[in-house]
Amino acid sequence: MNTAWLLTDEPMSRSQAAWGRRYRLWLQFRRNPMAMAGLIVAVLLVVLSLAAPLLATDDPAVQSLRERLQPPSAAHWLGTDELGRDVYSRLLFGGRVTLGMVVSIVLLVAPFGLVVGCVAGYAGGVVDRVMMRVTDIFLAFPQLILALAFVAALKPGVTSTVLAIALTAWPPYARLARAETLGYRQTDFVAAIRLTGASPGRVVLRHIVPLCLQSLVVRVTLDMSTIILTAAGLGFLGLGAQPPSPEWGAMIATARRFILEQWWVPVAPGAAIFAASLAFNLLGDGLRDVLDPKAGQ
Amino acid sequence: MARGRGLLAALASIPVTLFGLVLVTFLIGRVMPIDPVLAMVGDNAPAAVVARARLELGLDKPLPEQFAIYVGRLAHGQLGSSIATGNPVTADIARFFPATLELATVALIVVLGVGVPLGVLAASRQGSWVDQVVRVVCLSGSSIPVFVLALVALLVFYATLGWAPGPGRQDVVFQDSVPPRTGLLLVDAALAHDWDSLHDAARHIVLPALVLAALNTANVARMTRAFMLDALASEYITTARAKGLSAARILWRHAFGNILVRLITVVALAYAGLLEGAVLTETVFSWPGLGQYLTGSLLNADMNAVLGATLVVGVTYVLLNMAADLLYKALDPRVT
Repeated sequence: MNTAWLLTDEPMSRSQAAWGRRYRLWLQFRRNPMAMAGLIVAVLLVVLSLAAPLLATDDPAVQSLRERLQPPSAAHWLGTDELGRDVYSRLLFGGRVTLGMVVSIVLLVAPFGLVVGCVAGYAGGVVDRVMMRVTDIFLAFPQLILALAFVAALKPGVTSTVLAIALTAWPPYARLARAETLGYRQTDFVAAIRLTGASPGRVVLRHIVPLCLQSLVVRVTLDMSTIILTAAGLGFLGLGAQPPSPEWGAMIATARRFILEQWWVPVAPGAAIFAASLAFNLLGDGLRDVLDPKAGQ
Repeated sequence: MARGRGLLAALASIPVTLFGLVLVTFLIGRVMPIDPVLAMVGDNAPAAVVARARLELGLDKPLPEQFAIYVGRLAHGQLGSSIATGNPVTADIARFFPATLELATVALIVVLGVGVPLGVLAASRQGSWVDQVVRVVCLSGSSIPVFVLALVALLVFYATLGWAPGPGRQDVVFQDSVPPRTGLLLVDAALAHDWDSLHDAARHIVLPALVLAALNTANVARMTRAFMLDALASEYITTARAKGLSAARILWRHAFGNILVRLITVVALAYAGLLEGAVLTETVFSWPGLGQYLTGSLLNADMNAVLGATLVVGVTYVLLNMAADLLYKALDPRVT
């Protein structure tokens, strides 16, 4: 592949410069084997979840009581659970539930936190103080406990889990975006944009938000593992996705009775949670090294 | 002058945050779909009884007034009664909280004993294979769901190897064998000079404490490493090296000595994190602590108990964070 166009020192257009920069970051990222492993596993998880109907050997919901709690075999690659359902197929479909929750939470949380932080940082004064005080209150709560209380109030289920985690996960994004915005507020280029008559909304949305995106992406990736763990924890406590949903945490909760005899039934979804969470941690760690070298040290 | 004002501002923010905490828990209690009146009097109660209970609970009043009453009761240390146990929630919490505190404290000792040296070690060999191993171990540690680790630990150390005793705080034989004074079994047993009971309690706490410590050890090691790298890169370290001081002295006395203040914040955060993580650990190990009380109450829709426990954990968490903040501001002359 000819990469001269990307690596040139004299880009002819804005997009060429932007793509060149991205390509250089990618080259740097690629040198980190652990981050690459994280990326590969994360992509694999997404692909496996999306292709679950094609890859599954059985219907994840079909019970077969005659075949309950069987060890891994050619017919059931990861054995069967207490109702004779194929664990491998359930894991695949469970990935959809988990990743679906993670994506919805991130889509709710990241833009909200970003806007709150940028507006507070750019506006300053009373607006800033009030918004940050509210942020601090939410930040002061232990995340899992607050999510527990919210779910209890809303009634257990996937939607409540998403809302509860989203409610507790946005403050760090607001803090991060605010800190970055404060750094940009007094710069010359912002002053220049303002001189051209741009409204505060335009300055924030068109010029400051894009600059905050980079550290936001790093934070989101690192947060994904926390979100996966919290969602699985809620599922495990019986407050997240409800059985018979093949959500990994809920699967462990129903299978924990068999840990001593048929240990593979609870351990398989446990390994899936671990793999997913570790993949995003490695990926986020690598991204931070490339995009935000100062923070990672 | 400026320093004093910074401390005052930090102190002044505590009531505001606590007020927010109370408001949020109150609102959670009000938006719930479960009707507290029906939960109390039952579904088949006659309309007159329902109406009277509603009046007694003050639910006919406007929301702000209800909130004022709620705060007033809180000020008198009243959190209502638990539906499941029938006791006042405060009494329940007083009974369950020490077990959580004990578990989290033992875990904290593990976290500091392992995490800090690990972080220092990784920083002193930055980029070497030691650093890489510590990094992988830390990332793995913070990727394992604590309840999976707990289940696997029980499988391996209790069921397979037989090294650890089963779930719970003590064997049945020792149950209630020492008079409760502090509620912390290890302390109570030692105070009663009941060494067999102490030994049994110590054996029981090891596994859950180690499991609970895993995630936070990883975090503490990562933070310690970052702080140490920061310190090792400063000019006074170069000076110390130029003076010909030994590597160990530079590492521990000059670099580590200077990050101690920053570590205070980390310790408080870790402790707060341990209290939170105890919720999941306790369910797996049948540890009779606040976490188990909270989850049990959640499943029973025992809202007074849930909100009470949430509030207690939340307040402890806030106070720990604030204490760290204040100590940091008071001890580090560079912070204003």
